[in-house]
Amino acid sequence: MAWAGKILRVNLTAGTCKSEPLNTKWARDYIGQRGLATKYFVEEVDAKVDPLSPDNKIIWATGPLTGTMASTGGRYSVITKGALTGAIACSNSGGYWGAELKMAGWDMIIFEGKSKKPVYLAIEDDKAELHDAAFIWGKSVWETEPAIKAKHQEPQMRVSSIGRAGETGCLYAAVVNDLHRAAGRSGVGTVMGSKNLKAIAVRGTKGVGNIRDFKAFMQATVAAKKVLHDNAVTGQGLPAMGTQVLMNVINTMGALPTRNHRDVEFEGAKDISAEAMAEPRKTDGKANLVTNTACFGCTIACGRISKIDEKHFTVVNRPQYFGASGGLEYEAAWALGAANGVNDLDALTYANFICNEQGMDPISFGATVGAVMELYGMGVLSKEQLGIDAKFGSAEALTHFVEITVKGEGFGKEIAQGSKRLTAKYGHPDLSMSVKGQEFPAYDSRGIQGMGLAYATSNRGACHLRGYTVASEVLGIPVKTDPLVTEGKADLVKAFQDATAVFDSAGVCVFTTFAWTLADLQPQLAAACSSEYTMEELGKIGERVWNMEREFNNRAGFTDKDDSLPKRLMTEAAKTGPAKGLVSGLDKMLPEYYKVRGWDKEGRPTKETKARLGL
Amino acid sequence: MQKSLHINPDKCTGCLQCEMACSYENYGVFNPAKSRIKVFDFHEAGRKVPYTCTQCSEAWCLHACPVEAIKVDAATGAKMVLDDVCVGCKVCTIACPFGTVNYVQDTGKVQKCDLCGGDPACATACPTGAITYVDADWTGLERMKQWAGKLDNQASA
Repeated sequence: MAWAGKILRVNLTAGTCKSEPLNTKWARDYIGQRGLATKYFVEEVDAKVDPLSPDNKIIWATGPLTGTMASTGGRYSVITKGALTGAIACSNSGGYWGAELKMAGWDMIIFEGKSKKPVYLAIEDDKAELHDAAFIWGKSVWETEPAIKAKHQEPQMRVSSIGRAGETGCLYAAVVNDLHRAAGRSGVGTVMGSKNLKAIAVRGTKGVGNIRDFKAFMQATVAAKKVLHDNAVTGQGLPAMGTQVLMNVINTMGALPTRNHRDVEFEGAKDISAEAMAEPRKTDGKANLVTNTACFGCTIACGRISKIDEKHFTVVNRPQYFGASGGLEYEAAWALGAANGVNDLDALTYANFICNEQGMDPISFGATVGAVMELYGMGVLSKEQLGIDAKFGSAEALTHFVEITVKGEGFGKEIAQGSKRLTAKYGHPDLSMSVKGQEFPAYDSRGIQGMGLAYATSNRGACHLRGYTVASEVLGIPVKTDPLVTEGKADLVKAFQDATAVFDSAGVCVFTTFAWTLADLQPQLAAACSSEYTMEELGKIGERVWNMEREFNNRAGFTDKDDSLPKRLMTEAAKTGPAKGLVSGLDKMLPEYYKVRGWDKEGRPTKETKARLGL
Repeated sequence: MQKSLHINPDKCTGCLQCEMACSYENYGVFNPAKSRIKVFDFHEAGRKVPYTCTQCSEAWCLHACPVEAIKVDAATGAKMVLDDVCVGCKVCTIACPFGTVNYVQDTGKVQKCDLCGGDPACATACPTGAITYVDADWTGLERMKQWAGKLDNQASA
């Protein structure tokens, strides 16, 4: 229980919307959201499919705890074959949209085929209809949301949509809901755009009521909220400073990748940190940070709401950017800032606004600009080609690039292809800081060794959200490990990956794991869904989800050769800081990881492993 | 002693735990669409504001009701809708200047905040203290204290 028990299948080629019962056996075995939607996906889609062909499918999925009083119970994920990577993609978002879909009585929506003309899906409880999207095609997310609400005369609708980036084929386009919450990575927005699907608008008034044991559920959620409240990270650090609390911490560790990973410490880190966001600006006396904010059901409230100085060069005379909106999270601040050597906080905030407004992943965008700036410094790319002097540290170049990339104009069309394709085109593929075509987030794998293994083996390409060993290696959660050594990291990475897969499948936010372990989630899931969800069973489900994703990638053509890091991280030692002299020890960790996973030497799950996990 | 719901929007993060708690208390489901308290998002100002009935002493809704379906709870002071009397004419929803009494399609009656009989679920669920339930005569106490604090920063002779 706790599932709505119903999924919506939309065939965009035929223009049909059909309700079908949820496969309850799969729901039990894969929980929901990431696990369950991926199960549907791998059963229905050929792994060799071209991500942008009509034969690819794309799924919006909630978890059983989505739309409940469990803290952070408002998540949804978008599952497809990623446009950027060609691997399984699963991007997770908060805001209010996921809960609204569940309140309307749906666990997930599966889109198939491709519409001849731009359309959007409108759902009002049981009613689901495709509508002509001519009036919003070409519009931003910020224009699309109010336009749909006005057309339906329903201000309480929630909208999940793409902006220009998803329409123009940027390979790392995001799906954005509630103006600034994003299913950001791997190009899920690109796949949405390739199907001529502009938006999904939902109004749900049925609510979530079929909790297995309400009394036990309320007790479990109250206890778990107390754990979040009493924890220093989730109770104080995140609400006050957001994920940006990490900027100065990671920089001090010598693990803040800077200027396309040439350096590991950024001299401008303090200027783009959480502390800087809260300081009154010299120019107008106001702070960049206006307030913190929560997603649906979240008692942490790490979100940043920021305002740019109205006289800043990026927004002067452009009042549409004067209002407060979604501010910098750590990964975005790093990718737009340190990765390019830019320390202008308001310029980064502006670039972040544009990424939200037009639906683009700031991590892959920022990291690709880092590669462009390096190629420019080497003389491989010229000012004439780029349209601007693009030396490291140029806020003007960064903000120029964000504007032309979301629209797919000029050199922006090439930046929109991501660093792997761009650096290969200009003869320097080693300068793409990516795994499986997806750019790294904000942790250097020379200074935090476990993250190198987590990146290399992440099923969706380089990613911090698949196995966040930073928690252990930096923050000591649940136990402190030495970030500079490789010993023990294979087990650590596996444990984080499997547990995260459970959280991503439940409908709650992975940030709860700064305070919660599986033991805090288990009573909530058991009370809501099934007494069969024991600790042992949940652990097994996490591992099952991980291996299912891996198998899909193997069928798609990925091999152990793709579990690799760029040459720079394997051969160029960190120049400064605590990790000085170190390269990534991936070659030591990977064989051990395959062993603890129960995979063969080529990284394929063995028959015994599959049998044990029921795959 | 009666108490009032006291709302401090500066502390609201927009998590909607209050809306879920309200709907769970009254309907046994998590459903903000049925909540009697509503959180508004003034996005460009970066403000989230919870809003619900203030339990007017001379309540427009109570006086407007043609069938006397709205009564005062003597213990809490809440203006309560008597479901078995309400005929769903919606005159109260027109009379209320604040919009805090509304029609419910499923039941054919109106609904409004009744302070949960003296233990408001929204206040219990609020994780930040944006919604509290305090002495009805002293809703200004915290604000007075803040201003008072600004006066005592000069050393006395």
